[in-house]
Amino acid sequence: MTLDLLHLMPTDLFRILPEVVLTITGVLIMLVDASLPPHVDRRNLGWLAALGTVFALLASQAQLALLQLAERTGFYGTVETSTFSIFFHVLICGIVLVTLLIALDTLPENGHHKGEFFALITFGAVGMCLLTSAVELLVVFIALEISSIATYVLAGYRKENGRGPEAAIKYFLLGSFATGFFLYGIAMVFGATGSTVISEIATRVHTGGHPGLILLALGLMLVGILFKVSAAPFHIWTPDVYEGAPSPVVALMSTAPKAAAFALLIRILYGAFPALQPIWTPLLWLVAVLSMTVGNLAALRQHNVKRMLAYSSIAHAGYLIAAFAGAGNTGITAACFYTAAYASMNVGAFAVVTLISGYEDELPLIKDFRGVLYRTPVLGGALIFFLISLIGIPFTGGFFGKFFSFTTAMGGGAVWLVLIGLLNSGLAAAYYLRLIVSIAQKPEGESPVPPVAQPIGVAVSAALMLAIAATLVLGIAPGEVLKNAAEGAYELMPHSMQMVNSLVFF
Amino acid sequence: MHLILFILFAGLAIAGALNMLLQKHPINSALSLIVVMTSLAVLYLMLGAEFLAAAQVIVYAGAIMVLFTFVVMLLNAGREERTLGSKASWSVGFPAAVAILAIIASVILKAQGLGNAMLGDKITSTEQVSAVLFKELVLPFEVTSVLVLIAILGAVALARRGDGEERKDRR
Amino acid sequence: MTPLSAYLLVAALLFAVGLAGALTRRNAVLVLIGIEMMLNAANLNLIAFWRFGAHPEQLTGFLFAIFSIAVAAAEAAVGLALVIALWRHTRSVNLDEQTRMKG
Repeated sequence: MTLDLLHLMPTDLFRILPEVVLTITGVLIMLVDASLPPHVDRRNLGWLAALGTVFALLASQAQLALLQLAERTGFYGTVETSTFSIFFHVLICGIVLVTLLIALDTLPENGHHKGEFFALITFGAVGMCLLTSAVELLVVFIALEISSIATYVLAGYRKENGRGPEAAIKYFLLGSFATGFFLYGIAMVFGATGSTVISEIATRVHTGGHPGLILLALGLMLVGILFKVSAAPFHIWTPDVYEGAPSPVVALMSTAPKAAAFALLIRILYGAFPALQPIWTPLLWLVAVLSMTVGNLAALRQHNVKRMLAYSSIAHAGYLIAAFAGAGNTGITAACFYTAAYASMNVGAFAVVTLISGYEDELPLIKDFRGVLYRTPVLGGALIFFLISLIGIPFTGGFFGKFFSFTTAMGGGAVWLVLIGLLNSGLAAAYYLRLIVSIAQKPEGESPVPPVAQPIGVAVSAALMLAIAATLVLGIAPGEVLKNAAEGAYELMPHSMQMVNSLVFF
Repeated sequence: MHLILFILFAGLAIAGALNMLLQKHPINSALSLIVVMTSLAVLYLMLGAEFLAAAQVIVYAGAIMVLFTFVVMLLNAGREERTLGSKASWSVGFPAAVAILAIIASVILKAQGLGNAMLGDKITSTEQVSAVLFKELVLPFEVTSVLVLIAILGAVALARRGDGEERKDRR
Repeated sequence: MTPLSAYLLVAALLFAVGLAGALTRRNAVLVLIGIEMMLNAANLNLIAFWRFGAHPEQLTGFLFAIFSIAVAAAEAAVGLALVIALWRHTRSVNLDEQTRMKG
């Protein structure tokens, strides 16, 4: 697609085209769902959702044409199209696509209100996508709420055993609590700067005025966002919610809303408060160290695979935040790359866990995974591959993610942070290896081997394939993704803070 | 006049808030919250935000709080029992709240030259509000429709009985 | 003390009380009430900053507060639906009794 498209439709609408496509898909799903007779299987609606997501992904790609325009924002300066927003749009649409494919094959056969399930995922994706391109705090706030409410509801979707509602209510209460802080922070920053447009806030923060209010605002907003990315000490909801929510939903909510929230974190820190970098860098240093250590130490003690992966995701948030210690736009580049690498391996890991444990989590424990490699070599192999990536062994996306994050932090002078990070990576290897060993162990002779809970269908194989391909590409040829991340970082940063030789590693 | 009204209704809001915190029965807390919200509506009116004052009364005190009281009645949840867990949370919750209050208050009191503008008699008309709402803020306005849609969808999906439960009930 | 600081202090007090309610209450409905109060406090801040700010004619804070009311309504609807779902499955809305998952 070329610039011709721009003449066909107003550019403003083009700037939110992926969101529009997703919204239309969601409404279509709801309409078809309502018009179908009650006992017809809604599975095909999932294919509709997946198709819509593919179109949204293509629409995000097509938005590259918008970059040739001088004007970067649309809708009276509320959304911005940049390499940064397109990077995260593609990433989020990819994750949502993989999740939909997983859900297609693993949701129970009937009576599970699949139509609403797919519609919720699609509408949630609207919020997540919009969050990465919004440059005005009102749009940011509403987009954040859309993505949050979708995930709260999805977390409570498995209602049969009471764990779903419990997980959802914990997630909801803590999430809304964080929203309260975020909104209060927005009010403070509005009071101090008189604006809710991120670039204007940056200008007025730079020129000074009410430093106390601005610091308070930054702190309150950080509390809100760090809750969403489950960084310590705001992580307490994570293990319970991941355990109680259905695995396909965990695959989504451990990656897509987090990617969007990290995009928001980057935009708030580097877009609105770059002048305060000397203040927020040590704060995030501390959060990174806490997240890694708390996550890994707690993960060591887990027997439930989903809980273990929940703590591991807290630790990964820590590795990612370590990148913020890097100087200038190298930090953003590394953080964007890490988000992509983390998302592809984590969504893959949860795809396999869904298949092995089943939608109702019949086989949730590490010891239940014993001998999976012999029962179904494909699944065992795939899970081992994703775990290897999570450890950070070369030729996987996880390796380069950590490598870039730590080199960037090193470049920013945070030697201690890197040392703690490396120690933590070693610690983390212990519990990933425990699961790998369990998978690769021969099943005991006397005990009947439990079958894998779910058959492997076409859709979920496609999902696994996509996740494996993404993890491999990021691990073997990270150049292209890194280049896009770097371009996004370059566009995001105020020009006074650019590091020219940002790509030290390539 | 402004000062008297402010003291009266700000005091009422704070009293309502404290009552919300100290009441044991959920319905009393919910009713105290209505007091807080209505007093806030008066404060908004004094600040010249009449449309918002109306919205506050209609949406918050009207719709949301009716929903709250309705749910409280539906669940018939009695007095809150004080368990060991809640004692632990009291010892964490109150110092945290006091600390936040101290931080915010000290920042506000220290801020120099904040809002020296005096209250004029300029009052926004609903016409001006809609002009901005449907022009500059048309995107957030449209996106809010997705938010409301997802909230309805979610509430229906959550509060409805699943098929599995119906089977369980029949047994 | 300027009139603005007075409004801001009231908002801070409401926020702190809401926070204390959200943290100390064990009944899910009461926690939700505390959170609603925190959102209200933020709204009062927005309105006060808008009124005493440099450009009240731009209506930024005013409209932000309107949207924030809409968001709070959506959140309350979902939250109360969740409370009902929880009640239906566990016959309790006490958060201390929600310990089906441990680790």
